[in-house]
Formats: sequence, C-alpha cells, structure tokens
Amino acid sequence: MNFPILSSLILLPTVGAFFLFFTRGNKKNNFTVKYVALFTSFVNFLLSIYLWILFDQTTSEFQFVEQRIWIKDFINYKVGVDGISILFILLTTFITPLCILSVNNSIKERLSEFLIAVLIMESFMIGVFCSLDLVIFYLFFEAGLIPMFLIIGIWGGARRVYSAFKFFLYTLLGSVLMLVAIITIYWLTGTTDVIELYSLGIETKYQNLLWLAFFSSFAVKTPMWPVHTWLPDAHVEAPTAGSVLLAAILLKMAGYGFIRFSLGLFPAASEVFTPLIYTLSVIAIIFTSFIALMQEDMKKLIAYSSVAHMGYVTLGIFTIQQQGIEGSIIQMISHGLVSAALFLCVGVVYDRMHSRLIDTYGGIVSIIPKYSVLFMLFTLAALGLPGTSGFVGEFLILMGAFKDNFLVAVIASIGVIIGAAYMLWLYKRVIFGKLINNDLKKMIDLNRSESIILTSLAIPTLFFGFYPDPLINTIEVSISDLIETYNFRLASKI
Amino acid sequence: MTNLQLVFPEIFLSLSIMFLLILGVFKKNSSKIIQNLSLVVLLVTAVITFNETVGIKEVKLFNNSIIIDYLSSLMKIVTLLATFLVLIISSNYLRTFKIFKIEYPILILSSVLGMMIMINSNDLIVFYMGLELQSLALYVLATFNRDQIKSSEAGLKYFVLSALSSGLLLYGCSLIYGFTGSTNFNVIANQLGSSEYAITFGIVFILVGLAFKISAVPFHMWAPDVYEGSPTSVTLFFTMVPKVAALTVFIRFLYVPFLNLIDQWQMILIFLSIASMLFGAIAAIGQTNLKRLVAYSSIGHVGYALAGVATGTNEGMQSSVIYIIIYILMNLGLFSCLLMMKRENQYYEKIEDLSGLSKNHPMLALSLMIILFSLAGIPPLAGFFAKFYVFKSVIEQSMYFLAIVGLLSTVVAAFYYLRLIKIMYFDKEKEKYDTDHGLWLKFSLTFSTLLILVYFIFPSQLIEVVSRINII
Repeated sequence: MNFPILSSLILLPTVGAFFLFFTRGNKKNNFTVKYVALFTSFVNFLLSIYLWILFDQTTSEFQFVEQRIWIKDFINYKVGVDGISILFILLTTFITPLCILSVNNSIKERLSEFLIAVLIMESFMIGVFCSLDLVIFYLFFEAGLIPMFLIIGIWGGARRVYSAFKFFLYTLLGSVLMLVAIITIYWLTGTTDVIELYSLGIETKYQNLLWLAFFSSFAVKTPMWPVHTWLPDAHVEAPTAGSVLLAAILLKMAGYGFIRFSLGLFPAASEVFTPLIYTLSVIAIIFTSFIALMQEDMKKLIAYSSVAHMGYVTLGIFTIQQQGIEGSIIQMISHGLVSAALFLCVGVVYDRMHSRLIDTYGGIVSIIPKYSVLFMLFTLAALGLPGTSGFVGEFLILMGAFKDNFLVAVIASIGVIIGAAYMLWLYKRVIFGKLINNDLKKMIDLNRSESIILTSLAIPTLFFGFYPDPLINTIEVSISDLIETYNFRLASKI
Repeated sequence: MTNLQLVFPEIFLSLSIMFLLILGVFKKNSSKIIQNLSLVVLLVTAVITFNETVGIKEVKLFNNSIIIDYLSSLMKIVTLLATFLVLIISSNYLRTFKIFKIEYPILILSSVLGMMIMINSNDLIVFYMGLELQSLALYVLATFNRDQIKSSEAGLKYFVLSALSSGLLLYGCSLIYGFTGSTNFNVIANQLGSSEYAITFGIVFILVGLAFKISAVPFHMWAPDVYEGSPTSVTLFFTMVPKVAALTVFIRFLYVPFLNLIDQWQMILIFLSIASMLFGAIAAIGQTNLKRLVAYSSIGHVGYALAGVATGTNEGMQSSVIYIIIYILMNLGLFSCLLMMKRENQYYEKIEDLSGLSKNHPMLALSLMIILFSLAGIPPLAGFFAKFYVFKSVIEQSMYFLAIVGLLSTVVAAFYYLRLIKIMYFDKEKEKYDTDHGLWLKFSLTFSTLLILVYFIFPSQLIEVVSRINII
C-alpha cells in the first residue's frame, strides 16, 4: 500500500475546513458552505468504505501502517488499523455527514464556523482511532476538546457556558494523569510505539499505577459512574449535531482506549482492577437507568441512557471473553447509531416546538406518523429488542459476563428491564396519549433531509440486528488474538 | 584581540547606545530616527552574535569572568530578537500616549545590554553588574508614562522591592565569597566541600534575589502591580525579555558552581516551581484586568520553566529553554492582541472589553483563541509541547509529585484561559475597535499565531537548536 489512506482520512476533513475558512461570511454562502462540508465528509465516508473493503479480516496485524519521523529519536508519527479500530473509523465517517446534513434547522448563525468545528473534530476523532503511538493518541484525544468546547459554548442552549466549562475541565483533569503515565511508559521502556509496547510488555510492578492513570482519563470520557455528571449537562446544552457527535463518537474513544491500552498494555493490572470496573459498571447500569426513568427532559433522559449503555460496554470489555469484547464493540457501534438517531429525533421535535420537555408532547402519533415510526424503531433498538443492533451487543456482553461472573451478569440483566421501562415510557408519553397541547397540531412531519438522515441510520441498525456477521468477522481475529496475548502475558507475568 | 572579537556584540551595543544618546540630545524631534536606528542596532547585534559566537563551544575571557558558549549565544539572540519585536510593535501605543520619546528605545537597549552581560557572566560581580544595569533601565521604563499615577506607582514599587532583593542577592554573594574566597563560578566549584552548609546560606540568598527578578512565588508580589501600572508596551517587555536573562543566570548559577550541592537547592527550586504554578493558576481566576491576569499567568509559566531547571539535568535545562522560547512567542501574540484593542485613542484592558470580540473582529478573536488555548497547554498547539518537554524531563528524574501538581495546575489555569475565550465567543458583542493597526503589529500577531498553530508539524527543529546546549 503506497497510498497513505489513513493519513488522507485524517487530513481530508481539515482540508475541507480550510476551504470553508476562506468562504466565510454572508448568509448567501450558507448553501455552498454546507455542500462543501457535506461533500468533504461524504468523500471521507467513501474512502473509509474503501478502506474496509481492502481490509484483510484474517489477520490481527495492524494494516495500512504509515510511519514517519516526527520528533527525532523520540516519537514517530505512526498510524494503522486493526479489526478493533476500523469499525470506529467507519462509524465516525458515517455519522459526520449526517451531522452536517442535520444542521439545516438547528444552526441559525455562524454556520461556516460550526461546520469547520465539526470537520476538524472529525479529523481528530479519526486520528484517535488510528494512531499507533501513545503521544499521537494523546494529542488527538485532547485536541478534540477545543472544537467540542466551542460547539457547546457557541451554539448551545441556555446553560451552555456552564456545560462547556464542565465538559472541558472534567475531561482535561482526567487526561493530564494519562499524560504522566505516557511519559512514564516512555521512561520505562524507551518507546511510545504501541506495536513495540505490545511486544515488549510493561513490568508488572508499574502496571497498577499506570492503569489507574489511564483509567482516570477513560473513566471521565466513557463516562463511568461517578464521574458521569458532565455528560447530561453537555448533551442537554449542545446543539443537536453536537450531541450526536458526543454520544455517537466521543464516548467511544474511551471504550476503544480501554480495549487498546488498558487490556493491551496492562493485563496484570486489568486483572487486578476488574472488580472495580464491574462494580462501577453495574452501578452505572442500574443507578443511571433509574435516574433516566425520572427525567423530564428528553435529551437528559437519552444522555443518562448513554451512561447506562456505556456501563454495559465497560462490563463487556473487562470480562476478557471473546463474546464480551465483541459485544462491547458492537454495542458501541450500535449505540453510536441509535443514540445519534435518538438525539436527532429529539432535535426534530425541538426544532418545531422549541421544547425538550416530555410534558410538552403527547398524542402526536396521528400528526406526524412517519416520525413516530422511526422514533419507535430507535426506541426499540435502544432497549435492545431482538432484530436490532442493540440486541446483538447486549446479548453478547451478557453472555460473556455470565461466563465470567454470574452475579454481575444477573444484576446487569435487570438493567435491561429498567432500560426497556424508561425507553418505552418515554415513547408512550411523547407519541401516544391524548393530544392536549393544541400547538402540536401545527407540527409538520419529517422533511426530506430529516427522512434521509433517520432512514440512513435505521438501515444499518436493522441490518446489523439481523445480520451482524460483517461486524463480527471484522473484529473476531483481532479480539481473539488480543485475548490470547492477554492470557499469555498474565501467565508469564510480564 | 581575539578576546575582544568575542564580546564584539556587547561593545557594539554599548557604543550604539552612546551614539544614539548623543544624537537624541543634539537633534530635535529625532525620536522616530532613534527608534528605527535602535531596531537596526538590535538586528545588527543579533547578526554579529550569530556570526561571532554561535560556533564556539566554550571560551572564557577576562580572567574567566565572562563565558561565551552556546547557551549564552542562543539566549542573547533570543533576547535581541524578542526585544526587536517588542520595540517594533510598541511605537503606535507610545504615540497614542504621547510618550514616543528618544529615551524609550535607548532605555530598552541599555537594559538589553545589561541582560547580555548577565547571560555572559561567569562571575558573581559581573553578573551583579549586568543585573543592576538592566534593573535600573527597567525602573525608569516602568514609570515611563509619567503623567499617569499608576505608572509612577509601579516604577516606585518595583524600585523599592527590587532594591531589597538586590541587597539580599549581594549578601548571598558576599557569603559565598567569604567561604570560598572567590567570586568566579569555576573557582567556587573547586572550593566547595568543607563549608557546604555555610555556602548553602549564600545559595539561598542568591536564589531569593533571582526568584524575585523572575517573579517566582513567594517573591512575586511586585509583578501584578507593576505589570498593571506600566505602559502596556513596557509590560510586554517585562513579561518576555528579562525572564530569558534571569532563567539563563538561574541555569548558569545552579549548574556550574553548585551542581554538586543539588541536594541543597533542588528542594528550594521544586518549592518555587510548585508554588508559582499553583499560585499563578489560582490567583489569576479572580482578576478582571487583562494585564494583571497576564502577570499571574506569567508567574505560573515561570513555575513550569523552573520545574525543568529543578531536575538538575541537561534535558531539564534544555526543556526550560524551550519553554521560555515558546512562552515568549505566545506572549508576543497575546500582547499584540492587547495592543489592537484600541478605540478612539484609548486602549482597553479589562476582560469584559473582550466581550463578543468574535463577532466584530473574527480574525483577531480566532488568533487570540489559538494563543489562549496554547497558553493553557492544549494539544496540538505549541504550548502543549513546551509543557510536554518539561514534564518529560521531570518524570525522567522520577519527580512525580512535581509533575502531577504541575499538570493539575494546568487544569486550574485552563479555567481562566477558557473564561477569556468564553467572553470572546459566547458573550454579546460591544462596540467595534479600530482596525487601522500598524503593519508590524499585524505581522507579529500573524507570525506568532501561525507559529503556534503549525509548530506541531515541525517540532524537531527547535529541539535540535536547543539540544546543542551542554553545560554540565
């Protein structure tokens, strides 16, 4: 492979943003601006599909590896993908064009700046998923804070300033410890190259502290209970496209980080801290599900449900079972699709009624039937109905969990029921019931771009629900290899 | 003769100062000519320094009282170029306040001369002479806007406190002289041993004096007042240039004579560093005046630079030098923005004056945002790398406490930088500012912003330049 396909994926959105930077200005340009952004991100999507086609599913080696000297004798710019990361790249490039399509109604001013932020964000996110050097990873991981801070702060709702600050400072606080850990790893082993570190291993006595340092960063980003409180604020105040990016992709960085770094680099410590993760995950699943049940704000409800869903993800990852980790990745992909869709659904009614409160709605099934059907589909996918992608993920995770720890699995299964309760109750209150609020009668059903967005999210949700093989085939070899190395390391104590 | 050749930059600079002084006295209305000539002098001195001394590994002159090596050459060039940029962007500001006088560039040149002598010094007496020359010029500069009471207050405050610290510093020098019998750094290094604890007293006093000059906590009290009271262009000079010289002396003083006493001074430096980082971050939160805020932020940044010095290794010292260079670049951009906030001959320096800047002046706001994120140390901007190198060298010495406190204080510091960004981007806009800025002001803002932004593409270049410093 001579064509640097991964670097192109990273750079292309930035190039698009660069073009937008020079077409800034009046409202007339908004149309052009939007299509430039859409075009860029769509080309990026096609490129990532091409990447997936070229991807060799039979090996767990890193593919499309590019390496360049960046800081001499210290850090190399190194990117590559394996089965674990490629799906996240696809998710990113798939969600971003939909985000850009969705700005029609929600972003009224400074459109080109907004799209620049989204495109730069896309670059950073792809960078996170394909970097094979700890420092480069950290760079992309942290750099994403800047555009997201601006997206929440400039285009957000009433309490946007508070939320933007909370988001930024929480995440930064978590991450600085990771930086200490990264430098320490360099000092211990003399390299920050992930592939080399996989083969070198890190001495057991250092692993626990390093693991905790990485954990502090990923736990905030996931977010795990009790450091999840930034998420509902950020979600509620962010504009729809921002919430979608946050829920669909940003949260996945941490899950990816857990698999790639916590399991890959610190197996002994992961073993030590598995009970901690189990406890926090189970609390997240049960506790935040109950919180979600009581929410009156639709966005907040979905935000809390995200925390619960990410609880399943962390639970699955640390089962260290083939099914568990596979389930986690599929759950992350599915949550990426479904939560994005749910936030967009909220965005649709918000654009019309300017209210996110559940009380405002009720009985709108006959007024906007198309919307109601699609909303139902995503509600069911969120609660993990068989036939949707949500089911595949949750089922595999619980299967892995039952193999590893019966009690945890049982408690987590109860979470599924509460999950069904809050999602269905939300749906019931918003869509069914008596039509009390007369303003609702003026609501218009989905317009063309909204239909396109929601349908294109519905298709993969259903498709992978019935036929998850393409996903599983992609990740299978990499995960079994990961688990093998993990167990080997654990046995030989390196 | 060869000896003289090596100090030719200093000789040229002092002769030029005298010439400019005479020219200014005899020719009426010559402030513009003198300003331009001073710029030329600075550039020529930088070129001479580059030509004559950069290639030299290490030469000691005049009975070993002056040292010319790569560290001194590099720092001199940085000082000269930074001064050049300061001088060139401050002329409009001075004109507005009608203080565009001949004394201004001449005083700046004299203080630069003092700094060059400080940087060169290999002897306590020479070092003190350089220090006093630069300080005397700085006192006058602080009061340069004589008609404003705040400016006079700043100058007086600076003078009194600085004199006190110079006294402490001299007392330290005399202690060291008393116990080792010499003021020369190399002789002192050989005379250590028997009277180690006594010498420690001397080191402590000198460190207090130096910490005052570089405004490290707990000797920082003067900085906010002086920075606020002085004319903005002078504040710019204060935040950038004297720190380079003071840092060089810190390095030279601790690494050449007293490296063997590292156990004695390392704790002091770690304390200075941690206290500065934390205090700088926390105290800046409550500020409403931009110049005071910059003062506290500069206190914080000095803490990071000192963290590198505290390691006692070549890498640590190099990382400090990298830090200070990147810091100068960021401050240049920050002050260029401050100097652009002008409306009808009045400059605005409250933080709420930034309100809604992004609507009225999108490019200015964008640059300022990049600079602020960089000051906060968010990747991929240059400020992140500055901190990264420092903490890398700190962690290599297993000083985890310092590293973790330092990184946590970056989070606190991020808060007030974010607050400025919030005011610019999230708040309602106010009246527009003037846009008829000088070409050089625009240039310096663009130049610094672009460098900060693209630094991550070529991070090795600066490291290569700095990694040739080797004084241990």
